[in-house]
Amino acid sequence: MDFLSLTNLSKTFGAATAVEDFNLDVEKGEFVSLLGPSGCGKTTTLRMIAGFELPSTGKITVDGEDITNQPPNQRNVGMVFQSYALFPNLTIGQNIGFGLEVRKMPKPDIQKRTLEMLELVHLEKHINKYPYQLSGGQQQRIALARALAISPRVLLLDEPLSALDAKIRVELRLEIRRIQQTMAITTIYVTHDQEEALSLSDRVVVMSQGHIEQIGAPTDIYNDPSTEFVAQFVGQLNMIPVTEVDLRKGTCILAGQRVKFEPSPNQIISSEPRLAIRPEELHLGTGEGRNALQGRVESVQFLGSVVRLRVHVDSAIFSADLFNERRITLPRAGDEVVISFPEQSCWLI
Amino acid sequence: MLNNQVSKQTTKRDARSARPVPFPWRNWIGVIPFFIFVFLFILLPSITLLTGAFRDNAGKLTLSNFVGLLDPSIINAYWVTIKISLASAVGGGVLGFLMAYAVTIGKLPTSVRNTLMTFSGVASNFAGVPLAFAFIATLGRTGLVTVLLKNILGLNLYDQGFSLYSFWGLTLTYMYFQFPLMVLVITSALDGLKNEWSEAAENLGAGKSLYWRKVALPILMPSILGSMILLFGNAFGAYATAYSLTGGFINLITIVIGSQIKGDVLYNPGLGYALAVGMIIVMAAMMAIYYSLRRRSERWLRL
Repeated sequence: MDFLSLTNLSKTFGAATAVEDFNLDVEKGEFVSLLGPSGCGKTTTLRMIAGFELPSTGKITVDGEDITNQPPNQRNVGMVFQSYALFPNLTIGQNIGFGLEVRKMPKPDIQKRTLEMLELVHLEKHINKYPYQLSGGQQQRIALARALAISPRVLLLDEPLSALDAKIRVELRLEIRRIQQTMAITTIYVTHDQEEALSLSDRVVVMSQGHIEQIGAPTDIYNDPSTEFVAQFVGQLNMIPVTEVDLRKGTCILAGQRVKFEPSPNQIISSEPRLAIRPEELHLGTGEGRNALQGRVESVQFLGSVVRLRVHVDSAIFSADLFNERRITLPRAGDEVVISFPEQSCWLI
Repeated sequence: MLNNQVSKQTTKRDARSARPVPFPWRNWIGVIPFFIFVFLFILLPSITLLTGAFRDNAGKLTLSNFVGLLDPSIINAYWVTIKISLASAVGGGVLGFLMAYAVTIGKLPTSVRNTLMTFSGVASNFAGVPLAFAFIATLGRTGLVTVLLKNILGLNLYDQGFSLYSFWGLTLTYMYFQFPLMVLVITSALDGLKNEWSEAAENLGAGKSLYWRKVALPILMPSILGSMILLFGNAFGAYATAYSLTGGFINLITIVIGSQIKGDVLYNPGLGYALAVGMIIVMAAMMAIYYSLRRRSERWLRL
C-alpha cells in the first residue's frame, strides 16, 4: 500500500520547468532518496511535498489524503533544512518543543517528548543551550529531533549533511538511518551525493533536468543503470567507443581488439556505440575467460583504500580502480600492463 | 638523533616567534585624523563642559548649577524634550520599520528598495533650517499642502487644531529625518532574518503571526529597540530644526542650553554646561543600551 504518492507532478517558474511529470509512490516506512545534480528539480519536488511550493499540475497524497493545496502548517510533514534553520533565540529544548507548543500539548508532555527526542539524538545534556553554542553536526541532530518531535507522517531532509565536514557526514548518515529505522518513518531525502543516497536508501530516484531518469534499489541503480545519464552520474564509468558490434554474438572491436560482452539481441545500437565498464571491474593481468587488453599506464593516483590507474589502450583511455593492499607492487607511469574484465561486467550503450 | 633535530628546530622557531613584533604604525596612520577629531571636538569640549558645569560666572567651584537643574522650568524642558524624542522615535521607528519590511520581506521590486535606501540616506541627514523651511512651505499656515487641502477638500488643518509650531507639528517635522534613519538601521536586521526560520516554523505547524511573535520579533527586538534608542538620541540632541521652526516657542532642553550660553537675558553658561552634562549622561546611557542590544542581536544573526 503506497503511503506517499506523487502523481504527474510538474512545477514551472515562468518559462522554466523545474519538475516535469514526476510520478513516485513511496511505501510506509520506506527511505527514498532523490539524487541528481544541482538544478535537477529534487529540492523543488521536496518543497512541493512540504507545501512551500504549489505544483503547477499533479497531485500529492499522504495516507490517501490529498494534500496538494494544503498550507504547509497543516500537513504534519517534518522537514530538516540544509542550514539547520534552528531558531537562534530559543534554547535547544524550546526549539524541539516548538511544534508541540503550537499543537497546544500540555507542558509536562512537551518536556517528556523533548527529552525523548534529545535521548534519540544523544544530546540530552544540551537542553538549555542555544544553537550557537553547538557544533554544526549537533545543530543538525537537533534539527532532526525537532522535525521528529511532532510525529510527522513523512520526514523530509533537504541535503542535511552538505554543510558538514566529511567525517561528521558519515557519522550522521548512520545516525539518520538508525533513527529512521527505529521510528519506521517514511522519509524522502534530497542529496547530490551518490554515496549518501546509495548507502542510506531503500530506493533511489535519479533525477535530471526535472524528470526521473531511474527509480530503483541502490544496487540496481549502480549495477544496472537504465540510461546513459544514470550510468555516468552514479559512480565512475569508462565509456569506450567500439565498432563492428554484433549483438547476437555479443562481440565488438575495442581499441583494435575483439572483446566480448553479454549478448543482448533486442538492444538498439546507437549511432556511436560505446562499451561501458566500471573502473573497479578492471583487473591487472589476464584471467581465464576474460577480455584482456594490452596498454600503457599513464598515471597512478593513490586514493587511500583505492589506487586509480589511467591506462592507454591504443587511442582509448581506461580508468581502473585497484584495492590498495600492503603487499602488492603497484605499476608505475609508463609501465606496459594487461587489463582484463569479464564479459558480464560490461554493457553496450 | 632525529629527536634532537626536531627539538633544535622547535627551539629556533620558538626563539623567532618570541622576538618582539614591531608596532604596526602604518596600519594606524589612516585613523589618526579620526582620533585627532575625537580629541579636539568631543573630548576637549566634554572636559570644558564638565569643568564649566562646576564653576559659577566668577570661575569659582560650585554645585549651584546642578541645583539649578531642579528648577521646574528646566525639569519641564527635559520632560518636553524626552516626550518629543519618544514620540518621534516611536512614530519614525514604526513607519521606518514598515517601509523596511516592505522592501525586504515584502519583496517589493529592487528598484523600489534602491530608491528608498537612497532617499533615506539623504533624508536622514536633512535637518535644521532647510528642513524647517521646507515644512513651513508645505504645512505652515500658508503652506502649499495646507492651502491645497483647504481649497480642494475644504479642510483647514489649523481650524482642526493642528499647528506646525506645536508639539505634534515639531514631532511630525522630526519624523522626516527619523523614519529614514530607522530604514537605514533596520533594513540589515530584516535582511538577516532567514527565510528558513519562517519555513521551519510553518513546517512545525505555526502560522505567520505565531512565527512573528515567537521567532522573528524576539530576534529583531534588540535591533528594533536599539534603533529606537538611536532615534531617541537623534531627536534629543536636535536644536536647529526646533529653533528655526518654533523660535524657542517650545521649551526644549537644547533651546534652553542655547539661551543660557548665547546669553541675552538668561546668560548663565555654568547652568548651560550643567544642562549639557545632563544631556551627555542621557545620550551616553542611550548609546550604552544601544550597543549592548546590538551586540546581542548580532550574536544571534551570526548563525
